[in-house]
Amino acid sequence: MRAWATASEIAQAVQSGAASAVSVTEAALARIAEHDGVLNSFTAVTRDRALAKAKAIDTAKTRGEALGPLAGVPFAVKNLFDVAGLTTLAGSKINRDHAPAKTDATLITRMEAAGAVLVGALNMGEYAYDFTGENVHDGPSRNPHDTERMTGGSSGGSGGSVAGGLVPISLGSDTNGSIRVPSSLCGLFGLKPTYGRLSRARTFPFVASLDHLGPLARSTRDLALAYDAMQGHDADDPVCAKRPVEPALAALERGTSGLRVAVAGGYFKRGASPEALAAVERIAKALDATRVVEFPEAARARAAAYVITATEGASLHLDRLRSRAGDFDPAVRDRLIAGAMTPASLVVKAHKFRRWYRDEVAKLFDSVDAILAPATPCTAPKLGQQTLMLDGVEMPLRPNVGIYTQPISFIGLPVVAVPVPLKPLPIGVQIIAAPWREDLALRIAHALETEKVAAAPRPQQWGAD
Amino acid sequence: MNETQDDTLEQFIEVAAKALELPIDPTWVPTIKANLQVTLRFGKEVAEFPLSDEAEPAFVFEA
Repeated sequence: MRAWATASEIAQAVQSGAASAVSVTEAALARIAEHDGVLNSFTAVTRDRALAKAKAIDTAKTRGEALGPLAGVPFAVKNLFDVAGLTTLAGSKINRDHAPAKTDATLITRMEAAGAVLVGALNMGEYAYDFTGENVHDGPSRNPHDTERMTGGSSGGSGGSVAGGLVPISLGSDTNGSIRVPSSLCGLFGLKPTYGRLSRARTFPFVASLDHLGPLARSTRDLALAYDAMQGHDADDPVCAKRPVEPALAALERGTSGLRVAVAGGYFKRGASPEALAAVERIAKALDATRVVEFPEAARARAAAYVITATEGASLHLDRLRSRAGDFDPAVRDRLIAGAMTPASLVVKAHKFRRWYRDEVAKLFDSVDAILAPATPCTAPKLGQQTLMLDGVEMPLRPNVGIYTQPISFIGLPVVAVPVPLKPLPIGVQIIAAPWREDLALRIAHALETEKVAAAPRPQQWGAD
Repeated sequence: MNETQDDTLEQFIEVAAKALELPIDPTWVPTIKANLQVTLRFGKEVAEFPLSDEAEPAFVFEA
């Protein structure tokens, strides 16, 4: 089995008997051992567990039992997912004192029920309050396209591990852009589903009213496979929707005929680098999307998401800020302390504005099926870079990488980030759909992948089979 | 509160830290202040948006 095989190819090979799950797992573990010293995407490798699971799959195959759609597919999870036997770090020093988790996160259980093999936990920005993929405790995740550059965050290891060919699928979380930003900077397909679609049970939270989980992969088929395996109500997550499973894989190849696609104007064009604009233009041209729509009050939506994030995050960590302030990443600590001091009256205004904004944006989807917008304002910045240029103005980098993702996750819309393989570095474009229409965003992404307009480029130095 | 009221904001941070029982090292204050200025500016931008008294917040958000 080629190291660079997709999840779909691996599952087919294991199902047909062309490859064993154990051989695939051993190859993934060997590749992690060979390359992760540089990429720094893993914080734990679950070798024994992975091999035991792989053996069980091969035994089931020998017995003639039906194998799941992800049979033998190695995957890894951001280290805010509970993994039985591991301490859930959430990128922090403080949580290292917690007892190991007793039970896996629901999404891990569902991935494994479909035959996937968990191989480890992944590096991330501290407590997910991050767009860089840097971590002061574990060191930065490194971008496989240029290891001196950021993966993007906070799901940094989730981006680096898949872009570096260590695993075909990873799971991340996205509160303000933390799946879409690393997808963009690492050149991957990433799915942030509708708020409430996928269970967050047994994952460490950040901002309850904005937290989403989802997959990153090198193909849309792999995204759909993982997404379908993880769907379904879960009573262990109070906001997980009571909706039936709505499979996306079966509809993936229906094409874009009849779908109305527009481009987000105004706010979503301001501040974007030439690369970000070129990527959107390339995708729009391929989809024949000429109409421009405006997200009403998008800047204010971003501002409201920022306020809610700072204050809900501060509330979550208030006791730790009192007792262990010195153990935080200073950059995270000082943002959280500022959040703790923000007047509640402003927070309530932000929540009121959110309802207004959701209702206004919903009207856009009366006449379009999907909207295109940049995923990030620029390609991967250098590690340690503190500022970026927006509209010719030098701005702090850390909070501003997510300017185009925040107004979308603020109201929970589903998004597929698709990679445009620009040289020398890729960059992503968001395909934004109406609530619960992940299937449409995935269909459009798949059509773009089929036409080779969107593609997860193989990094030169990590690209060998 | 605007960004030019540096002394006022520093005094606010000092008092708020005491009220919230947050131990603050004096060397952290400049960064906390910079972050608070951004959050307050964004909060002001949100608060200026006209909404009716009856507008319902979306604390438990439904897509």
